[in-house]
Amino acid sequence: MHNDKLALIMAFLAILGYLLAMKFSARKFEAWPIHRLLLFSSGVAVGVQALAGPVAMHAHHSFVFHMIGHLLLGMIAPLLIALSRPVTLLLRALPQKRGQTVSRLFRSMYARFLIHPVTAAVLNIGGLWVLYTTSLYQYMHQANWVSFLVHAHVFAAGYLFTMAMLYTDPVPYRKSYLFRAFVFVGALAGHGILSKYLYANPPIGVEAAAAQEGAVLMYYGGDLVDLILIVLLCWQWYQTAAPDHKLSASKAAE
Amino acid sequence: MEKKHTYNRRNCFSGLLFGFGLAAFVDEAVFHQLLHWHHFYDLSSTSWGLISDGFFHAFSWFATVGGLFLLADLRRRKQMIPKLWWGMVLLGSGIFQVYDGVIQHKVMRLHQIRYGVDNLLYYDFVWNGAGAVLLILGVLLVWLSRRKKHAQ
Repeated sequence: MHNDKLALIMAFLAILGYLLAMKFSARKFEAWPIHRLLLFSSGVAVGVQALAGPVAMHAHHSFVFHMIGHLLLGMIAPLLIALSRPVTLLLRALPQKRGQTVSRLFRSMYARFLIHPVTAAVLNIGGLWVLYTTSLYQYMHQANWVSFLVHAHVFAAGYLFTMAMLYTDPVPYRKSYLFRAFVFVGALAGHGILSKYLYANPPIGVEAAAAQEGAVLMYYGGDLVDLILIVLLCWQWYQTAAPDHKLSASKAAE
Repeated sequence: MEKKHTYNRRNCFSGLLFGFGLAAFVDEAVFHQLLHWHHFYDLSSTSWGLISDGFFHAFSWFATVGGLFLLADLRRRKQMIPKLWWGMVLLGSGIFQVYDGVIQHKVMRLHQIRYGVDNLLYYDFVWNGAGAVLLILGVLLVWLSRRKKHAQ
């Protein structure tokens, strides 16, 4: 099956699943806010662009379009979906016993390792280094399944990273804001350095001019989306540190 | 007493972060994007320069936002000391400007201020001179805010 059809089916199922979860959750809890459905479906719609539609079509031969798709799938879509709090919704929708199984899964050592900000950052930025500095980028355009796996990784790692920074869903063993801020700066730096590296050293099979255009887009596009992440992270920090916040007494001084 | 001390330091920290980030932002917006004097990457920098530039840029990006949120926090606690804060903003901008002019442009050769001009020395002189003026003004303001506090 072609990747674009597969992606469209997955997107359809994801939105359907979200709607069903909303319905089930409303039986026990108050109605799930509609703006989160909008966030989720726009996130899915944005992410699908990297695999189906005009952007995906041009991405086969144009590095710039590949980069647009990458920004949409790896940064904007994960942010929108993370803000729609799918895990919280899932936990509400599931019957109590299933919910406990899921939350036990999230508390496991494995999940704890994955959601650690450093792991998430390495998977996210490290994955990009591997993709663009080895022959993986070339393989991606030769075999459909490689392309699909790369896209899946880009999205999953982007989502994991966003979650590890913003904790929009209940995450056990949270790291402090300061720690996350440091990891964030490191990840942003890794992204910027890779952009400039690609400017000078095009991935295999990409022409110099196209690589430069794509690299500049990667640099500024990444900055822009990361600015939103920074504002959200600082906003949460600001609220937690409020003088009358219930947890602030000990943490405000940090 | 202990409390007051903390807010003094937080004023300094917030101003410094914001000043640093602001200077980096102005550098990016004016000299890279509007004037096109600076190059995105002129391929002559050292690899160490590229790495340091990456961290520098990421840090200043975060510092701009973080510094402003810290200021919002100080204002909500009614603990902002304007002269001290603005002084530290100037100081932070000056530090960035001089670091950028001396280390990034000259030592690491990330890029020059302007290409295709034969009097680059003047550009460097004005660039670092502006940084020095910012530094001095910053120190002056911080010193004034300290003196006022002691006079009270």
